[in-house]
Amino acid sequence: MTSAFWIILKRDLLLALRRRSEIFTVLFFFVVVISLFPLGVGTEEAVLKKIAPGVVWIAALLASTLALDRLFSADYEDGTLEKIVLAPSFLSISVLAKILAHWLLTGLPLVLISPLVGLFYHLPINTILVMMLVLLIGTPVLSMLGAIAAALTLGLRGGGVLVSLLVLPLYIPVLVYGAGAISTSMMQGVSIEPYILLLLAFSLLAMVFSPWVTAVALKISIE
Amino acid sequence: MSLVVNNLQCIRGEKELFSGLSFVLTNKQLMRIEGQNGTGKTTLLRTLCGLSQADDGEVLWHNLTIKKQDEVFRNELFYLGHHNAIKADLSALENLQINTALAGASYSEEQLLQALEDIGLFGSEYKSSAQLSQGQKRRVALAGLLLTNAKLWILDEPFVALDGFAVKKLQDVIASHVENDGTVILTTHQEVPLTQGKILTINLDQSNNKPNRSDND
Repeated sequence: MTSAFWIILKRDLLLALRRRSEIFTVLFFFVVVISLFPLGVGTEEAVLKKIAPGVVWIAALLASTLALDRLFSADYEDGTLEKIVLAPSFLSISVLAKILAHWLLTGLPLVLISPLVGLFYHLPINTILVMMLVLLIGTPVLSMLGAIAAALTLGLRGGGVLVSLLVLPLYIPVLVYGAGAISTSMMQGVSIEPYILLLLAFSLLAMVFSPWVTAVALKISIE
Repeated sequence: MSLVVNNLQCIRGEKELFSGLSFVLTNKQLMRIEGQNGTGKTTLLRTLCGLSQADDGEVLWHNLTIKKQDEVFRNELFYLGHHNAIKADLSALENLQINTALAGASYSEEQLLQALEDIGLFGSEYKSSAQLSQGQKRRVALAGLLLTNAKLWILDEPFVALDGFAVKKLQDVIASHVENDGTVILTTHQEVPLTQGKILTINLDQSNNKPNRSDND
């Protein structure tokens, strides 16, 4: 049962390694969107500091929807998904492996490159650390919610656009508390703890329900 | 060991593909499903392995519906669909290894290489699957048949895209599985000669859907 988890995780990472362009597309999209804002709104330090939390999160939300479309569709088209569904293990475990692989390939790189944003936006060092922390907690939620939408739209024409429309409204809580934590960390004497705890709660909740809901949606989609 | 199908009905859209379909299939039996294009052969196979839901009726394996014993059933099932489940970015060997591992079995590299050689892919084991022809990809998928311990094989057009050598090989593999107490259900226009065991045929063109038996003991 756990073996299906490792097989799928290893396979997805290996496939991504053979085809690196998909990882870099997401990463460059994130960096480009973020660097467009200073060009548009001007380089005034106070303004940039004020908009940085929102910009980072919105760029992360958009970047994470980019690769969602491919999460299940490649396996669906070549028949591997049927193999996974018919494998003698729980489908939700296999789905969790796919989600984890997706996060490692598209979420984690965003966390690691985010200090670069600090340079664009004059952020103090402790704010950059907070930003990395909330992205680390929040981006898995994006992958997990996104998996549900990707499974629901599997096999539909124009599914890619539909995924974004379905999933972006669901990202709002993560956006509000994620950006809130970064803004708060720039104020004196205010604790960011409630934000972090709420994000952790979202993350745990999504981890429990998302693989299960996604598995149900996949079974419906491949029928 | 038996597969029992009771009063199965499938409707797609407005069209009733088949209804009142019942049969019993035990070991040492091979069932051929015939019918013109669009008569629901693939739908029937997908329903039998649980990928699609029937609109009425049930499929029993060991006297229990397949839904109630999902994991047991899937452990004893080998399904080959239209698609080969081959990743273009992986080699033939890697594809075979991952697909057999997903089915819950692990084999040594020698066993995997031997299976690929037996199915006629000697020299292509480490080639990227993007360079393999359609028939060769089908062979990689079929190499899993040489290794699997599954009792029930459900094969959707297994002979498509294969050349004479591979067709002969696959006929032998299927025949020996049936002789070794296995059960095979397939859709094909190709004859599968058996030395022992029984061949049943279902023709989905007919409205009554009664299996015709042609004994072959």
